[in-house]
Amino acid sequence: MAARVSLFVTCIVDQLFPTVGVAAVDVLERLGFRVDFPEQQTCCGQPAFNTGYREEARQVARHFLNVFAHADYIVVPSGSCTSMIAHHFADIFEKEPENLRRARELESKVYEFSRFLIEIAHVEDVGARLEEVVTYHDSCHALRELNVKDGPRRLLGHVRGLELREMDAAEECCGFGGTFSVKFAEVSGGMARTKIDSIVRTGASTVVSLDSSCLMQLQGALSRAGLPIRTMHLAEVLASR
Amino acid sequence: MSAAFDEKIHETLADPKLQLAIYKATGRLVEERRKAIEPDLCPDYQELRTHANAVKRHTIEHLDYYLEEFARQVEAHGGKVIFCKDAEEVADFVLSLAKERRAELIVKSKSMTTEEIDLNERLEHHHLESVETDLGEYIIQLAHERPYHIVAPALHKTREQVADLLTDRLGVPRETVIEKQTMIARAVLREKFLAADIGISGANFLVADSGAVVIVENEGNARLTTSAPKIHIAVAGIEKLIPRAQDLAVFLKLLGRSATGQRLTVYTSFLSGPRREDEIDGPDEFYVVLLDNGRTKVLADRDKRQSLYCIRCGACLNHCPVYRKIGGHSFPWVYSGPIGAILTPQFLGVRHEPGLPFASSLCGACAEVCPVKIDIPRILLELRAEVKKAEARDGEGGLERLAFRIWAWVMRHPRIYEMAGMVAASLAPSTGGGWVRNAPFEVGPLRAWLSQRDLPPAAPKSFRQMWRER
Amino acid sequence: MSRETVLHKVRMALGRSAGQSVDEPLPVRLLVPEVDIEARIQSFCERIEALAGKTYRAASAVDARDYVSSVVAGRSAVASNAPILRECGVTSLPGVQSGFTDRDELRAVCSTVACGISGADYALADTGTLVMLSSRHEARLISLLPPVYIALVARERLLTGLDELLSILPHPAEQTSSMVLITGPSRTADIEQILVRGVHGPGEIHVVVV
Repeated sequence: MAARVSLFVTCIVDQLFPTVGVAAVDVLERLGFRVDFPEQQTCCGQPAFNTGYREEARQVARHFLNVFAHADYIVVPSGSCTSMIAHHFADIFEKEPENLRRARELESKVYEFSRFLIEIAHVEDVGARLEEVVTYHDSCHALRELNVKDGPRRLLGHVRGLELREMDAAEECCGFGGTFSVKFAEVSGGMARTKIDSIVRTGASTVVSLDSSCLMQLQGALSRAGLPIRTMHLAEVLASR
Repeated sequence: MSAAFDEKIHETLADPKLQLAIYKATGRLVEERRKAIEPDLCPDYQELRTHANAVKRHTIEHLDYYLEEFARQVEAHGGKVIFCKDAEEVADFVLSLAKERRAELIVKSKSMTTEEIDLNERLEHHHLESVETDLGEYIIQLAHERPYHIVAPALHKTREQVADLLTDRLGVPRETVIEKQTMIARAVLREKFLAADIGISGANFLVADSGAVVIVENEGNARLTTSAPKIHIAVAGIEKLIPRAQDLAVFLKLLGRSATGQRLTVYTSFLSGPRREDEIDGPDEFYVVLLDNGRTKVLADRDKRQSLYCIRCGACLNHCPVYRKIGGHSFPWVYSGPIGAILTPQFLGVRHEPGLPFASSLCGACAEVCPVKIDIPRILLELRAEVKKAEARDGEGGLERLAFRIWAWVMRHPRIYEMAGMVAASLAPSTGGGWVRNAPFEVGPLRAWLSQRDLPPAAPKSFRQMWRER
Repeated sequence: MSRETVLHKVRMALGRSAGQSVDEPLPVRLLVPEVDIEARIQSFCERIEALAGKTYRAASAVDARDYVSSVVAGRSAVASNAPILRECGVTSLPGVQSGFTDRDELRAVCSTVACGISGADYALADTGTLVMLSSRHEARLISLLPPVYIALVARERLLTGLDELLSILPHPAEQTSSMVLITGPSRTADIEQILVRGVHGPGEIHVVVV
């Protein structure tokens, strides 16, 4: 029987970029996984956690634990939310032994989308085709907290018609940073523009990443600058044919 | 966030020359470090970091023992150790020693610790001349400013600005050639070295088993400071200890590479006690001032005491995309960049500049390059929580807290979450799928977002709606 | 002043009591590679030259003296009391003053002459470093005050690197009040990252491997 995958689509994808979720489902189903979408899901709690509201983050995280209590695998199209669940749940449940145990159980079940494809589905070629010159933006949490670096590039390398051109500042932050993007808007905007300079230098027409929040920041700044470069989530690239 | 913090950030971002200077300088240091740690040049770089972290952890966890061991060894070699709890005690000690020895001129080599306690100002207040001798520090002292960067204090100064300073303060003809500016400073400072009664240095490491002060530098001014005058005073934080001289094999390799990409800096001085009986030169008196000034407060926090592992290499500043935008003087205290963002609230209290721990995208570049593996992002997160707690206690930040309370409630009620999403989508301006440049009601976070970039258009349907309709 | 106050606060912070023992620290990490003497000399010279220092491999004591003489080139110089300098005849070169034992006299000379000449207790091959221990033979200021610095190092004193130095000299403080590692000429890049040599220490450095 096909393995069951529970999709945690993340609040930002659910509300603003639903096509990313659709693409992720498409890729997973083509690979033969049974995709389950627990409808009670909302958010992982990261916005509150990163802003210093630990209690509010805990409340939302408890909800998450309940919703995904029976998942076999949880696949998340975001490095940042994956890291929140896999690393920071343990911090916020330090004083709640039962929830801490449940959080620890999740750690081995929760997978960032590209890592799931490489490590569990064992695929690098998902049969995608996209005639496009792309550059890949390493989202910080995927890169530094989950050590996801080569996987997405290998997946992109197997997309027919696609040319991957590395930018000089691939590993530099896009400047989003959650509430940082509005608390320090000018700094955040400056960081996005520096990143965009690097993207432009590649001559790529598309920026790919595995976090919709980074892409929202970059697309917002690209759009403001009037640059004809689009952003795509990795799942959308892999669902292209 | 205080208005001053906001204002400094804005000023720095609005100064294209300064932006370029910061980018060039930090970019060069990033590149030098990258080359120096390439696997063929430094195959065991990651093991060195792991080892350094473990040694620092051990030392900090047993700091009382190593402090006593250090003091014993300094005294065994004829030096004296003075424990000071704050800036005032350090100044009092130096002033009373200067008075006893009828000293009038002090030469100083670069030390962040003395910057931390405004030692020069305190001494000058008592009419004791104290001259910085590191070229960058000298420029900063002439300009009456704070260091812009832990290892490159005058990073923000152009040669034109230095020319003006030298002319203005020293009365020399205007000189814009950097080599010649450097030689002007050399000549002035050489006179000071030869006339000085006391030399005050910092310390990069304090070696417990040797009672030694270790100082790394490139110019030679620290050697002169510690060798030419008859009295040498080293001022260092109590966290600077390492157990054994042999541990330097790890720390010196990491420090030079992380700071400037050097395998070893030009000079590394290992100093223990005054000159020995048969030695020809060196100081007659050797003092080590061990400063608390808030460090024991940091030490008391089990999770955050790793902040004291810092060896002041500056790599986190160079790699920080925020530092590279806002520069060193936007930071509210002498320590800038990521390390400053975690040290300042711990030393001065989280309310000193409550915006500081939030001035980070939590990208983690700092932790990735830290030679002693301080988990800076995790400490920033802790400090953010402490700021919010303090605000709640003081009855501040109510609106944001309320917003997050409501948010958390909504997130626990999926139906309401879904409805809220639909309401928000219905309020969004229709742009035919294009990104939104102006919103009908630009308030708070929305206005902040739109000040810099466009907003995504509302999705016609949420993912969950699409899932249901499959 | 506040010795007991500070120590008490440290112990309180750590939950330790006075006189409490410590766990063994981590074993030291010293890795000494096997490198033959020729390779050591070559690496040493390469590193110094990469830092804009000059090196000379002297075939004999006379050769070393002649090289030093060509560098001094009739200028004033001060030499340390290192035996190697006397053995090579450097101290008897014209213009070279030596044999100082008084600090003030030495300082006065060092601050006026063009060249400082000393031996080196050790040298580190992988970084191009000279290791100087203060003693009755070696003063601190000779390698520091004159604008030109010349060091003579015996080839058998060439170690592989810092790890080897610290393994044969685990407690430098037992021997000297000052051990200095010198890696190239004095330099700064404090103004606009432009490299300038000779800011406080010597801008020109010559190392003779004897």
